[in-house]
Amino acid sequence: MPVGERAAPVGERALGGEIEIDLSEVTLRELNQRLHAVADDGPRRWRVLNPGGQHAVAVGIDAPIEVTVEGHVGYYCAGMNKGATVRIRGNCGVGVAENIMSGAVIVEGSASQSAAASGRGGLVVIEGDASARCGISIKGVDIVVKGSVGHMSGFMAQKGRLVVLGDAGDALGDSLYEARLYVRGEVAGLGADCVEKEMLDEHRTEVARLLEQAGAGSVDASEFRRYGSARRLYNFEIDQAGIY
Amino acid sequence: MAGGGNPDVNGASGLRESALFDRRTIHEIHRMAREGIYDIRGFGAKRRVPHFDDLLFLGASVSRYPLEGYRERCDTDVVLGTRFARRPLHLEIPITIAGMSFGALSAPAKEALGRGASAAGTSTTTGDGGMTPEERGHSKTLIYQLLPSRYGMNPDDLRRADAIEIVIGQGAKPGGGGILLGQKISDRVAEMRDLPKGVDQRSACRHPDWTGPDDLEIKIGELREITDWEKPIFVKIGATRTYFDVALAVKAGADVIVLDGMEGGTAATQEVFIEHVGIPILAALPQAVASLQELGLHREVQLVVSGGIRSGADAAKALALGADAVSIGVAAIVALGDNSPALAEEYARIGTAPGFYDDWHEGRDPAGISTQDDELAARFDAELGGRRLANYLQAMTLEAQTLARACGKSHVHNLEPEDLVALTVEAAAMARVPLAGTDWIPGAESQS
Repeated sequence: MPVGERAAPVGERALGGEIEIDLSEVTLRELNQRLHAVADDGPRRWRVLNPGGQHAVAVGIDAPIEVTVEGHVGYYCAGMNKGATVRIRGNCGVGVAENIMSGAVIVEGSASQSAAASGRGGLVVIEGDASARCGISIKGVDIVVKGSVGHMSGFMAQKGRLVVLGDAGDALGDSLYEARLYVRGEVAGLGADCVEKEMLDEHRTEVARLLEQAGAGSVDASEFRRYGSARRLYNFEIDQAGIY
Repeated sequence: MAGGGNPDVNGASGLRESALFDRRTIHEIHRMAREGIYDIRGFGAKRRVPHFDDLLFLGASVSRYPLEGYRERCDTDVVLGTRFARRPLHLEIPITIAGMSFGALSAPAKEALGRGASAAGTSTTTGDGGMTPEERGHSKTLIYQLLPSRYGMNPDDLRRADAIEIVIGQGAKPGGGGILLGQKISDRVAEMRDLPKGVDQRSACRHPDWTGPDDLEIKIGELREITDWEKPIFVKIGATRTYFDVALAVKAGADVIVLDGMEGGTAATQEVFIEHVGIPILAALPQAVASLQELGLHREVQLVVSGGIRSGADAAKALALGADAVSIGVAAIVALGDNSPALAEEYARIGTAPGFYDDWHEGRDPAGISTQDDELAARFDAELGGRRLANYLQAMTLEAQTLARACGKSHVHNLEPEDLVALTVEAAAMARVPLAGTDWIPGAESQS
């Protein structure tokens, strides 16, 4: 509904084509329901004030809107996002952009563990560091972390790409399927069945494109090393039992 | 697997078989020595454990009066998800269909489960492989599982579902993840799960983005926010430390607890897991009820139990012990035609026999149920299967009503522990009902 046709609800202000919602005045449920109810011709730009570390901020959006969250958030911010661009101007708790389907989630600070867990599409950019299990179980999402990632990142990752400009913690890519992992810095250790693979032109092109999308186009894609599955655990063979 | 004939049934020859090293055990030792790997199979626990067969109803007599079997009403409806959800599930019967994946089962078999459940007025449940359009289309009430693997998980299906079930574990393998071997990963299954075709898919045993009860509470909160607090949220656990697990799931905000005993089935798991982990539903159910009662939430948080439920008698006994509904998996598959004697010759060709077939993980099911082979799956008639399942659910319900009326109850939920006695000391202790003919409940003193 066009904003001008109704009185703004409590905690909501229209400012130059942008809707501001203040989470110190409205409940989380009201915020999410308003974001879910955005009509095709409704407002495109939303700003969330005073998130106060709350969990599940801006989850389940299914519209090509832009949402800026002004501050730190708790768990699962922008979870299951579809189509929206969500920018978090702060740090994130566990599972930011979990199961993201499409659109983009940008974290201007750092993210706690399980960032973009099981994400199936879209782009997640973390300007700072990500913690353990970044990109766990991903199924198609692309992730660019400008800092470092913690241990067990890319655990059981099936599809998609994880690009790390800094270092990676221990057991990177443990039990990996077909996801591609690129790291520029040091890797503390590789997990079960994860191996370093040759960087070919197609991989450098892929990394360069992702860096460009993440606003880090000045970084040289040839500085990255590539890691992937050795595929020795795809079908159980008793002689491979020692790898686990 | 069919055993051979016993050469010495009556002991006349003087041959003596070891109770510990019986022929089944010797066969398994030989197999392990040959292959060097554990056995994987489907079905549920095959060992004998204390079960609902060890309980009996005390029908009405002088001190209680019964209801007329064919004249007086005995209702069976149940509402699940009344605690927080805006749209609880209203089911006509308290017997639901447990989660079984597309992947483990063929698409027509999943369709038949939906058809049968819908005709009988109850719900069916997705599984570790996402929601198929056939399943959604034929299921009036469909529960969508959120599993550790998150295969196929997406917000559109969450919104399409009638309820959400967070799976923490299942009775056949509490503490273990799902298995789907490569021979069942067809093109369609691979695409739905975002995996290469033909790989052995071993699902995670822990969720990727939460661990422990405090995180679970936050996860439930997120799912409610995504679905605008409409959908009931179930939490499914395998029966182990039931008293505490139920309390924690309730504290985390579950609308419904789904409790699966060790008898519960699976499409594929290590046999050592199936037979040696978890506790019988008979032992777990009273623990769950006690936990809910102590929280003052029995009946407000509904309890659905599963694990070896085969008949209206099993269902009625579970309700009498305090469950709000039961769930069936293996029994539903059997109702569709699994292990049918009509397929004896075909079972023999794959080294098994009706009544023994449990290699559901191999995908060679001649009934076309636990397979992804197009030719085998095409043998299965989803419409007929649906009718068979509806008939079976109706017969189970009639049985449960018969028992409830005999106990003088006008609703199956009015059955109570006081209507039951146990045949064995073990069952009395586990179910917390007296041994038949006595007022003795072993352990009751320490539990009070």
